[in-house]
Amino acid sequence: MHKVLIIGEHDGKTLNPATPKCVTCAKTIPDAEITIVLFGADTAAVAAQAASVLDVKSVLRVDRAENTQPLAAIFAPQIAALAADYTHLFGPSTSFGKDLMPRVAALLGVPQVSDLMAVEGAYRFRRPIYAGNAIVTVEADPARKLVATVRVASFAAAGGGGSASIDSKTLSVVLPTHTRYVGAKSGSTDRPDLQTAKRVVSGGRALGSAENFKLLFSFADKIGAAVGASRAAVDAGYAPNEMQVGQTGKIISPEIYIAVGISGAIQHLTGIKDARTIVAINKDSEAPIFEVADVGLVGDLFQVVPEFERLVGI
Amino acid sequence: MQKIMVCIKRVVDYNVRVRVKPDGSGVMLDGVKMSVNPFDEIALEEALRIKERGTNIEVVAVSIGVADTQQQLRTALAMGADRAILVQTDTPVEPLTAAQTFLAVAKKENPDLIFLGKQAIDDDANQTGQMLAAIWERPQATYASKVEITGGKAAVTREVDAGLETIEVDLPAVITVDLRLNEPRYVKLPDIMKAKKKPLDVTSLDALGISAGQLIKTVKTEPPAQRQKGVMVKDVAELVDVLKKKGLI
Repeated sequence: MHKVLIIGEHDGKTLNPATPKCVTCAKTIPDAEITIVLFGADTAAVAAQAASVLDVKSVLRVDRAENTQPLAAIFAPQIAALAADYTHLFGPSTSFGKDLMPRVAALLGVPQVSDLMAVEGAYRFRRPIYAGNAIVTVEADPARKLVATVRVASFAAAGGGGSASIDSKTLSVVLPTHTRYVGAKSGSTDRPDLQTAKRVVSGGRALGSAENFKLLFSFADKIGAAVGASRAAVDAGYAPNEMQVGQTGKIISPEIYIAVGISGAIQHLTGIKDARTIVAINKDSEAPIFEVADVGLVGDLFQVVPEFERLVGI
Repeated sequence: MQKIMVCIKRVVDYNVRVRVKPDGSGVMLDGVKMSVNPFDEIALEEALRIKERGTNIEVVAVSIGVADTQQQLRTALAMGADRAILVQTDTPVEPLTAAQTFLAVAKKENPDLIFLGKQAIDDDANQTGQMLAAIWERPQATYASKVEITGGKAAVTREVDAGLETIEVDLPAVITVDLRLNEPRYVKLPDIMKAKKKPLDVTSLDALGISAGQLIKTVKTEPPAQRQKGVMVKDVAELVDVLKKKGLI
């Protein structure tokens, strides 16, 4: 049997959708028994959500005041202390998991496999390299603990209706005091979350200004979509960093992705290639985005987007 | 603050479209332009800015790789690093080995800060900085978009999925940098000439007591699945029509 420990991601109230996606990945490990561990100040509410994820055997709560904020330097030694009971340690390929899991692996003296996109065996996986220009199949040593991050765009979320056991765990680990949380600034909106939205409208440098991005927000609200941006648009200051889609931003897999004024650099395409349908709107008929788009329209976005918004309502 | 170490990786240039070898044994690297990993260039730029704001701060660029990696270290010296160290090896090193190697160098150099890019654009692993911080038993501040050093501390603003987050770490610490931390300077010709005279020491994994085993074996390399080319529509009405037929809007 393989015992998989998934490090659950949450904000103190809600389990992040990345975690049920890690469960789906873990389920493809042959003969897997899945545990989710939650670190926080009070994880009762989140534990109930984690316990309802289908095929999870148990949920571990590690409640401690120091765990209020997800600091890798604080969480990693606690995960390392739990690791003895497990063969596999999984975290999501989100900023949370990418920060945390390599620190865990190094504390255990084992390598990490980043961005699992498919499981071919308990120690054999596929993952992208070179911004997704190549896919490698890798094999890890079964004699060692396997630490990995899961490319969440490659897996659907596991369903609900499960009934895992919930246990509290006290770990006598001395935690460092060299790392302190100061604060956060999030551009939280009422729009759907970019990483889990079924529909995404994304803008590029052709938008020309932050002001013009309002055009996309208005359209997105009409169709219930999240809004993303290319790196060029974020670098130009038209959109905040959390909206960036691509190799170094968010990797997403919506049902429909509408790229507006985005030329389609390979680094951007990496972030959207799991989208079910890609729609491209661009003035330049030679733009590389049209090579991957399912539906393309050559036109001026400042005319197309308002008309699109008007016509979808009819 | 007396010394900043910057870790640099030689990678296929950002603008090269990488292709998979037909026999699936890897990607084609022959004759391909190699450069400093773009994130590491940002890491070096940040170290240089801290150096220029302070007094008597030494910036040391360190890399692990083939003999030709000296080219990338000369670029780092031309940008303004004071000296460079190459840990020369023909065997590609995994992130854990890279972290162990940088730690061995750090133990000799005793830097107050180690900067790295958040990931290398070849293997996209995003591990080395975090692993180095772990085995150095020091703080890590990943994905930095702003770094402020005051006394023995660094306040680092990090790019996270939800937006921006600020943490404070005691020095020495490891900081990995994100895209928007700064814009690296262009190297001028006189600086390239000057860089030729700066010290570049070459050492080896053996000399540092590191054994480079391949713990993760790559068994196959394939091109990604290609998307089918789609349809072009002539106007918005047709676009809406197509999407409605697909049940997407």
